[in-house]
Amino acid sequence: MPNAARLSVTGSERVGPYTLVRVERRGIEPGAAGQFFMLEAPGRLLPRPFSLCIAPPGELGFLVDPIGPGTEAIAALAPGDEIGVLGPLGNGYRLDVERPLLVGGGIGIAPLPYLLEQLGGSAPVALGFRSAEHAEAASLLPGAEVVVDPVLVTELIEPDSAGRDWDVLACGPEPMLRAVAALCPTAQLAWEAPMACGYGACYGCVVEIDSALKRLCLEGPVLDASRVRPQVEAVA
Amino acid sequence: MRLLNASGCLDALAAPEVARELDGFVTKTVTPLPREGAAPPRIAETAHGMLNAIGLANPGRERFLADHLPRLRELGVPVWVSVGGFCADDYAETCSRLTDIEAVELNLSCPNVDEAADSAAEIVAACRSATPLPLYAKLSAAHPDIAEVARAVAAAGADGLSLVNTLRGTALDKQLRPMLARGSGGYSGPALKPVALHAVRVCAEATGLPIVGMGGVASGRDALEFLACGARDVALGTVLFSDPGAPARVRSELAAACADAGVASPDDAVGIAKTPETGEKITA
Ligand SMILES: Cc1cc2nc3c(=O)[nH]c(=O)nc-3n(C[C@H](O)[C@H](O)[C@H](O)COP(=O)(O)OP(=O)(O)OC[C@H]3O[C@@H](n4cnc5c(N)ncnc54)[C@H](O)[C@@H]3O)c2cc1C
Ligand SMILES: Cc1cc2nc3c(=O)[nH]c(=O)nc-3n(C[C@H](O)[C@H](O)[C@H](O)COP(=O)(O)O)c2cc1C
Ligand code: FES
Repeated sequence: MPNAARLSVTGSERVGPYTLVRVERRGIEPGAAGQFFMLEAPGRLLPRPFSLCIAPPGELGFLVDPIGPGTEAIAALAPGDEIGVLGPLGNGYRLDVERPLLVGGGIGIAPLPYLLEQLGGSAPVALGFRSAEHAEAASLLPGAEVVVDPVLVTELIEPDSAGRDWDVLACGPEPMLRAVAALCPTAQLAWEAPMACGYGACYGCVVEIDSALKRLCLEGPVLDASRVRPQVEAVA
Repeated sequence: MRLLNASGCLDALAAPEVARELDGFVTKTVTPLPREGAAPPRIAETAHGMLNAIGLANPGRERFLADHLPRLRELGVPVWVSVGGFCADDYAETCSRLTDIEAVELNLSCPNVDEAADSAAEIVAACRSATPLPLYAKLSAAHPDIAEVARAVAAAGADGLSLVNTLRGTALDKQLRPMLARGSGGYSGPALKPVALHAVRVCAEATGLPIVGMGGVASGRDALEFLACGARDVALGTVLFSDPGAPARVRSELAAACADAGVASPDDAVGIAKTPETGEKITA
């Protein structure tokens, strides 16, 4: 069982349209890059899942895209507020890859700063955003190559000068992940699903994995591309 | 008083430390054949509760008996098996195959199963002849007269009642589309508590059977209210999703809530929320 704790918010800052919420670390381990945490959403019944974005000494940082009541409540937290945190949960990215390329789409940038740190800081990063305002989040990953719609981040994934393929580690919206899976069959993809519990209790978070509905919070959130269908057939 | 989980709200094999905090672990409902369950999205939060349409996802009777149950027994927590099906024979067949467990909970709110008094009684009677294990009939509060159903299952041989299962609900997103792939789902959480307390009260009065009370229990005070309405045991459902530490927390809060209410112990609270001495019944 992962650790649960009530932690004080230590900071909250805007990063483009997103909010970087920092909490004190106390007994909670940062875990492996790609693992997630359930954060209490003040005033809501259920917690919400978030990737760890940064892990400065003594702190855990989460990048929050305010898209609904839960994420808005978390983005509105102020220093000194306390929230319940459960984690780290699920699996992380495998780091034993030869030629890592980090690929993020939109809020999918969230796990990449901590992932890059865990990789030793040297991997190339490709990011795609919906607008120039969203692209301000690229400041979290100095040196990243950034594209904005209508250019797609998948267009940045090309074999290197020596013609060798990358080991892609990706996070982003589902259509982007399926496109990455089609391009790079060995990619590791951080998937998403609505989650009520994050620890296997509710069966709410199922995703088609290895052609069967499985709980993403236990099997993922990071999945090998070979375990998901690269494209979903259009529904007539 | 025993503190259990509500069926479908905890996987003891995925979170054994949580299950070990309970006085009994209730499995997710087991059906004769494996069920992959409903397409996602399966869950949605609402203002005062949540909806789920899991679709009774479970490994099916054979794999449950061969693989899951032996591992559950090893946890050292008394195991309650929740049994579901599409007809009385389905339920009875599973019951006849169960041994070495604490109790059977019959989930009478399965798709295709009519929760009317006579069909519920038929299922309980079939299971009664199939097993000597304690049989708890789990009812939802959707029936207009739950006390009538409770009397019928008591007469058919139920040893206890589990009250309540979810109510049907729908939630829409911003674009006015149902949030669940199935359109509707089971409504659980805090909104259910008053409905559940009523069900426990009237069924306790109607049958005198031991009752596992559930529906929106999130604190020790909530648990105490279920006991006061006549429940002997209490189960935690939706609260486990936001707080896997709820079993220990509710237990310690319950001790404090008893002290606050001037009740010596949880067991002394059972049924004390009796109708005032006007002689009037608060039933129905
Ligand atoms: C493992 C994991 C890691 C995540 N990491 C982050 C992160 O680092 N930063 C971040 O901002 N968000 C992250 N998310 C997504 C975040 O949890 C959801 O945006 C949040 O739960 C939405 O809650 P809400 O109440 O704000 O909006 P809601 O009202 O619940 O949702 C608004 C809309 O988004 C859809 N939606 C809700 N949850 C999800 C989901 N999980 N996947 C896809 N669609 C969804 C809903 O159907 C609805 O249309 C992560 C999700 C998962 C599963
Ligand atoms: C996600 C979820 C899955 C459930 N699955 C089952 C089930 O398989 N069998 C069953 O009898 N009840 C099931 N229930 C109902 C609960 O056991 C319980 O009766 C109900 O949720 C009310 O309690 P609560 O408000 O504390 O959650 C489920 C409830 C939820 C929220
Ligand atoms: S989020 Fe509850 S089972 Fe995965």
